[in-house]
Amino acid sequence: MFRPSNHLILKEIKEKKLKNLLSTITFFLFLPALIIILWLFFQGSSALSIDFLFMDPIEGMTAGGIFPAIVGTFWLVIISVLVSCPLGVIAAIYLSEYAKDNNLTRIIRLAILNLAGVPSIVHALFGLGAFVLFLKMGTSILAASLTLAVMNLPVIITSTLESLKAVPHSYREASWNVGASKLQTIRYIVLPNSIPGILTGVVFSVGRSAGETAAILFTGVAFYLPFLPQSVFDQCMALSMHLFTISTQVVGVPDAYPYATALVLILLILSMNSIAVALRSYFRTRRKW
Amino acid sequence: MEIKLSESPQLAMEWRKKKGNKPTGERIIEAFIKIAGLSSILLIAAILFFILKESYPFLVGSFDFKEFFFSKEWYPASVVKIRYGVLALLCGTIMVTALSMLIAVPLGLACAFYISEFCGPRLRETYKILIEFLAAIPSVVWGFIAIMMINPTIIKLFNVPIGLNILNASIILALMSLPLIISVGEDALRAVPETYREAAEALGATKWEIATKVLLPAAKNGLMAASLLGVGRALGETMAVLMATGHSIQIPHSIFEPGRTLTATIAAELGESPKGGEHYQALFAIGLVLFCLSFIVNLTADILIRGKRQ
Repeated sequence: MFRPSNHLILKEIKEKKLKNLLSTITFFLFLPALIIILWLFFQGSSALSIDFLFMDPIEGMTAGGIFPAIVGTFWLVIISVLVSCPLGVIAAIYLSEYAKDNNLTRIIRLAILNLAGVPSIVHALFGLGAFVLFLKMGTSILAASLTLAVMNLPVIITSTLESLKAVPHSYREASWNVGASKLQTIRYIVLPNSIPGILTGVVFSVGRSAGETAAILFTGVAFYLPFLPQSVFDQCMALSMHLFTISTQVVGVPDAYPYATALVLILLILSMNSIAVALRSYFRTRRKW
Repeated sequence: MEIKLSESPQLAMEWRKKKGNKPTGERIIEAFIKIAGLSSILLIAAILFFILKESYPFLVGSFDFKEFFFSKEWYPASVVKIRYGVLALLCGTIMVTALSMLIAVPLGLACAFYISEFCGPRLRETYKILIEFLAAIPSVVWGFIAIMMINPTIIKLFNVPIGLNILNASIILALMSLPLIISVGEDALRAVPETYREAAEALGATKWEIATKVLLPAAKNGLMAASLLGVGRALGETMAVLMATGHSIQIPHSIFEPGRTLTATIAAELGESPKGGEHYQALFAIGLVLFCLSFIVNLTADILIRGKRQ
């Protein structure tokens, strides 16, 4: 009979211990996220109502609802996606289909990496200097959305690039062989096959920009506005900014209000993320390659 | 004429080129695509340009290198003598970043090891989705959590008068940079060829031995890059540290003292500084420092990741 020596048994025990240790660490790292969301839910749900969602803030933001902030966040997110999505997708098409392996391409990649790593407050400074002052947009929805778009551009480029690269090269070759031009190949073969991946990236970036605060702080968001924005040159309120305001700047806000605002913001972002995750797994099961 | 199938795409392209039948419309669109491709270079140059442009009068005017970096006196609105020293702010940033990385890097890498080496595929998917959710929580919500949840906990646990301090900000930053560290670290570990593990296993190595003696050296650069990206994240974080550090300009002597970071200073003071004034320009100069710091950190991380692949 073969029996493992004591030495080996010890090793096995050690290994089990290691696995248990690592799994405990991992589990406890994700516990806070769960606790935080549950806790926000318990604290905020008492203030959450239809009125809270659809009323203006009144009495110096200590009562009423958050309707203008929700509207403002939608404006900001939609305009920023309208700008960053086409630009990002086309930039990714250039990188994946046209760019040769040379220094220029290397510099572009480096620029994307750095654009993604620039602190959000530096983006805010850029937005203030470029859009608000230089292009004379003033502190407006347009300036804030453009700043958000610049922030989101590297995210969209990276995710689009990934899904473009995932389309097998043989698809392109087949298309070229029947006489299609490079552009036709991109339009009829590459893009239709990578749309799901692109969409997932865009939805993720929507969630990201909905929560961004620092970048819109000086470019277009007001603490409090008694009216809804009428055009892109108006200022607006935003959910993230509203949460910052009522949790640090205003005295006498009922406890449940900031909790409920945070809850609405998180639910908005998590639902975006869930859509993205669902899209991804749906298309993954239907993938043809 | 016989044409090899593998050569035919090139032949087709060459034939097109020879015929020169590319319509003008297509040419215009392709030029447009190229311009869009260059947009990120233009944007990063524009960011640098506009920050330099706004801070230029300060940099050539009352900017004093020694005072700026080595004085802890930041009195931008003083009536007696205006001073722009960012040492205290720099210390705040460094302390918060260092402490948060001390928490997040070991935990994050342990977690990356677990997810990449010990998890089954289904559990791995679940954790990845959880990581995405954790990464999606916006910084202002983290700041709110710092004020409402961690602040009272620190006061109770350590019996200190105020819970908005360096420790609080570090905990929040650690939680915020964990998803990045875990996912990049996991990518680095998965990039180690399966054959390495099999070879080690065949020699009778345990998982622990494989992890420390095979995977760690093989994925060293990627893991370092993961930590560096975490540093970059912590360095540039604004709203959460603004809300969590307790807002006092001083060099903190312990982790229970409040402080302030470079990013938080810009966010807190830009709104009240008159546009075009010296204070305003000095804040843009801080922005320039931040831009350079993040540039260096990201560049190093990129070199580490690229170096490994070659």
